[in-house]
Amino acid sequence: MTGPVLILGARSDIARAIARAFAAEGHPIQLAARHAENLGTDRDDLQTRYGVEVSLHDFDALEVRQHEAFVDGLPVLPEIVVSAIGVLGDQTENEDDVEAALGVIRANFEGPALILGVLANRFATRGSGTIVGISSVAGDRGRASNYVYGSAKAGFTAFLSGLRNRLARQGVHVVTVQPGFVNTAMTAGMDTPGALTAEPSEVGEAIVNAVKKGRNVIYVRRIWWLVMSIICAIPEAIFKKTSI
Amino acid sequence: MKLTGWGNVPVLDCNVSAPRSEAELKAVIARGHAIARGNGRSYGDSAASRSNTIDMRNFDRMISFDEETGVLVAEAGVLLADVISACLPRGWFPLVTPGTKLITLGGAIAADVHGKNHHIDGSFRACVDWIDLMGPGGEVTRCSAGENPELFDWTLGGMGLTGVILRCAIRLRRVESGWIRQQMIPARDLDAAIEIFEDNLGATYSVAWIDCTATGDRLGRSLVMVGEHARATEVAPQHRHRPLHVPARPRRTFPFPLPGFALNPLTVRAFNALYYWNGKRQTGISTVDWDSYFYPLDSIAKWNRLYGRRGFLQFQCVLPLERGAPGLHALMEAIAGSGQASFLSVLKRFGPQDSPISFPMEGYTLALDFPNTRKTRDLMPRLDAITLAHGGRFYLAKDARMPAPTLARADPRAAAFAAWRRETGLAPAFSSSQSERLKL
Ligand SMILES: Cc1cc2nc3c(=O)[nH]c(=O)nc-3n(C[C@H](O)[C@H](O)[C@H](O)COP(=O)(O)OP(=O)(O)OC[C@H]3O[C@@H](n4cnc5c(N)ncnc54)[C@H](O)[C@@H]3O)c2cc1C
Ligand SMILES: NC(=O)c1ccc[n+]([C@@H]2O[C@H](COP(=O)([O-])OP(=O)(O)OC[C@H]3O[C@@H](n4cnc5c(N)ncnc54)[C@H](OP(=O)(O)O)[C@@H]3O)[C@@H](O)[C@H]2O)c1
Repeated sequence: MTGPVLILGARSDIARAIARAFAAEGHPIQLAARHAENLGTDRDDLQTRYGVEVSLHDFDALEVRQHEAFVDGLPVLPEIVVSAIGVLGDQTENEDDVEAALGVIRANFEGPALILGVLANRFATRGSGTIVGISSVAGDRGRASNYVYGSAKAGFTAFLSGLRNRLARQGVHVVTVQPGFVNTAMTAGMDTPGALTAEPSEVGEAIVNAVKKGRNVIYVRRIWWLVMSIICAIPEAIFKKTSI
Repeated sequence: MKLTGWGNVPVLDCNVSAPRSEAELKAVIARGHAIARGNGRSYGDSAASRSNTIDMRNFDRMISFDEETGVLVAEAGVLLADVISACLPRGWFPLVTPGTKLITLGGAIAADVHGKNHHIDGSFRACVDWIDLMGPGGEVTRCSAGENPELFDWTLGGMGLTGVILRCAIRLRRVESGWIRQQMIPARDLDAAIEIFEDNLGATYSVAWIDCTATGDRLGRSLVMVGEHARATEVAPQHRHRPLHVPARPRRTFPFPLPGFALNPLTVRAFNALYYWNGKRQTGISTVDWDSYFYPLDSIAKWNRLYGRRGFLQFQCVLPLERGAPGLHALMEAIAGSGQASFLSVLKRFGPQDSPISFPMEGYTLALDFPNTRKTRDLMPRLDAITLAHGGRFYLAKDARMPAPTLARADPRAAAFAAWRRETGLAPAFSSSQSERLKL
């Protein structure tokens, strides 16, 4: 099946890699982002490399009351939707500044969850479709260093899990993507460990694969599943004194 | 962040930024002493500036491809590998390609790279229609043979020292298949190899792997490989229904840096002898897929770990045609006599080249690699001296250690380039660790 793929947050490095991975399989691509008009070279790139159709759509995840209208405005209802939306923010700032924390919580949880909820209903009515949400391993356990971001991702992960449960018998599949570190603008300047850091292209390929195989939850790189299992297994009494 | 070229020496602590837009790029260039970096496949310090290295790999979009004319417009960070993936299925292949596809278009232009067809098609320059270049003040200049020709000329082979290449238009070659008809011709010594090159000047591709460990009357024994793009009808029957499609090769990663002693003159000698005898058994014509033919080393990611953590040094020079044979003899004798062994040694015939700073000239080019040991570091100046004595010059994309006076003696163009850079304000706005060492 090579139906259209809608990519939300299409400017991000991970999203660009995902768009390429799907386009390489022949899927038409709908790129949605704030200020979509300056994604022209990305559209040209996908068309030139893969000869697929590409359209651009303005989309702000925080404009939650516009989500229905956004979906109505798409040329066709996509076969697959991927959300790469997220904001890392600054933990110390989030501790002191309500507006900053609210921005992070809304951009990682509220916005992406609600738009995927809208698409879920449409997919359920149609009786087919795949929803891919990019969450984060940061949501697996709250840590001092980034728990505002982490808790919003945790909410998003739980939302995806519930959606998957609800839609399992309606022909709609939900994939939760748990990246560890990815080499992108979000992590630029951070000194991330090489063996644990994926390139965006690895995330793209892993997602295409997960969609094909109907996987539920994937970790990229896979080693992160083990890392997080260990981190989650540490008793709270000990965990609270660590600085991981 | 610690940066090295493909040879893993020198290791430099560099300030690296990876802009995502022209506005960001402009701001980074304004900090001064900037050098663009592509995919880091040059061997030494060409693509590193301690204070301001600019990773261009985010500029990786293809903008258009005309299937009628084979003209591709693309950003400078696009990899040659991606050009092939996108264009070969449509019947087009790069006109000029080096021995690895894992380089960016910016790197191909800045080093004005050459392939196995230099004697017929020239250097990468031959396929470049135009370049958009960002200068010291962030201004973008389109340059080509007709528009801003001086800037165009110095940019090809200018090693990133004329500005940052943003995008370019390149012309590809039409092919009927993804296969190459290769003929392997053993040469018992250097003179035989040269004779084979001269007899095969009409072949599209020619290159020789040369056994630098052979001595005496076997000095310079080689396997010369000539090749042509296979026509659709020449492709093996099982692939003929999709001649442009080649089954993917498995990729391996060299797992860890080998301990320093693993590649010693003895093992290198054994490898080279095996390679020669094995190649000799395969003499004759065979059909090889494009990837194995052009990029045999790319199937093993990080193969440079073969040399261990100390890294390795490349040496590549070109000798003018009339002094090629004696110069090559002298080089081979110096290597054999030193007891040091080059693991992979490649000999190639260049055709004429007319451009102000690019490496090639009509004659013979020899590329060698040596583990980075004290003995091989001692050998390098001797190879430099022989090259100078025979009127040759050096390839900056392979250089990690040459002293400035050597370059100045080999290449009077270097002084002209440096003077022009100062006049136009391109120096010191753009500079690399290499350009500082070589006083470019
Ligand atoms: C296995 C192997 C085989 C090779 N075979 C050949 C061969 O057969 N023939 C040959 O000619 N070369 C060969 N090379 C060398 C290689 O082709 C060149 O060094 C090439 O320049 C590498 O491109 P890169 O994108 O990795 O650039 P880098 O190594 O990152 O940079 C090389 C130079 O290009 C400049 N540069 C890069 N991007 C830009 C930009 N956007 N704007 C301005 N300047 C820029 C840098 O400043 C630097 O001076 C080989 C290298 C390897 C590793
Ligand atoms: N990089 C990592 O190490 C890592 C690790 C785990 C998870 N992730 C997740 O992976 C996803 C992609 O991240 P990335 O690394 O590629 O970082 P990124 O470049 O910062 O991507 C985040 C994207 O979200 C978009 N976005 C933010 N708020 C939005 C809004 N209100 N409406 C529409 N779009 C909005 C941004 O769009 P604009 O371009 O308009 O700002 C941006 O394109 C994110 O969900 C991130 O949390 C990343």
